[in-house]
Amino acid sequence: MKNNIFTYTLRIADDSLILGQRLAELCGHGPILEEDIALTNISLDFIGQATSLFEYAATLKADLEVLPKLNSADDLAFLRFDRQYVNLLLVEQPNGDFAQTIARSFFFDAFRIEFYAALMNSKDEQLAAIAEKSLKETKYHYKHSAEWMIRMGDGTEESNMRVNKAITALWKYTDELFFMDDVDSALIAEGIAVDLNTLKDAWSNRVQTVFAEATLTVPEPKSVHFKGRNGMHTEHLGYILAEMQYMQRAYPGMKW
Amino acid sequence: MSSSNWPLWEVFIRSKQGLNHKHVGSLRAADAEMAVDNARDVYTRRSEGVSIWVVESSNVFASDPADSDAFFEPAQSKVYRHPTFYDVPDGISHM
Repeated sequence: MKNNIFTYTLRIADDSLILGQRLAELCGHGPILEEDIALTNISLDFIGQATSLFEYAATLKADLEVLPKLNSADDLAFLRFDRQYVNLLLVEQPNGDFAQTIARSFFFDAFRIEFYAALMNSKDEQLAAIAEKSLKETKYHYKHSAEWMIRMGDGTEESNMRVNKAITALWKYTDELFFMDDVDSALIAEGIAVDLNTLKDAWSNRVQTVFAEATLTVPEPKSVHFKGRNGMHTEHLGYILAEMQYMQRAYPGMKW
Repeated sequence: MSSSNWPLWEVFIRSKQGLNHKHVGSLRAADAEMAVDNARDVYTRRSEGVSIWVVESSNVFASDPADSDAFFEPAQSKVYRHPTFYDVPDGISHM
């Protein structure tokens, strides 16, 4: 039971951590000053969510046999191997051009907004509290990415071409948003986890509404069985971790 | 994507303490909606405000600095326009 909550929390935390890290890569590289600040603000929101979740996971971990030697929130964030990260493959995909950065966020934000709204009803008080706080941030993230989808889709020929390219590149990873396994079913029975099947329609509605306004076509549903939740990743994660973990591995326990 | 084509907007923020919206700076945005979003990110990250106004800078009509002699100098010699010549009654504090 505790093991399941630990894994469940870690999955949510890793999504936030890895997307936060991805968006942080854009610090100083945003397309315009205002957007640079917006993207890094959003990145910091994600890192903040990850911090709360890792801190909670670290308290659960005390009586578990998992991940020996990793005891604090920082250990969990910085000292695992790639196979021990359980984030969705969507969030580790490269920033690409601005269209790809935004499309990746849009698919994820449309999911997260529904997910947190449901997780607020969790019987696990910690998760419910984190969900309530994070939902406010997520509503803004969604507004930001959805508006850009509309601007790019319904913008110029160039922006429409680029956002379509991004959708094509990322669509295959959206099926994994609704991945569930034994961890989920055990916790759904306890009223702790969210049954992701109940979010599918709401997510599709958000995508369809925004795509319609953006004059974009929603691709056919694509069922691909990815295993990010079980630690099987695309090649991109290794590069993210190399940069993210460098400091902690080179100078263990470093403080500043 | 070049920001040089985007209009400039003036940003006004009302702080938590209420009172009037204060001019805090300017930014670039394609339209009013984006200007408000950008203002939120650029100017309210440290909880500076609870309300945002944006005005396209080209809509601001300003006084001409060349006119400042005629506009502002005459007021400087008119100290009697300040309410400093009244005796404040004893019972009134915090004046």
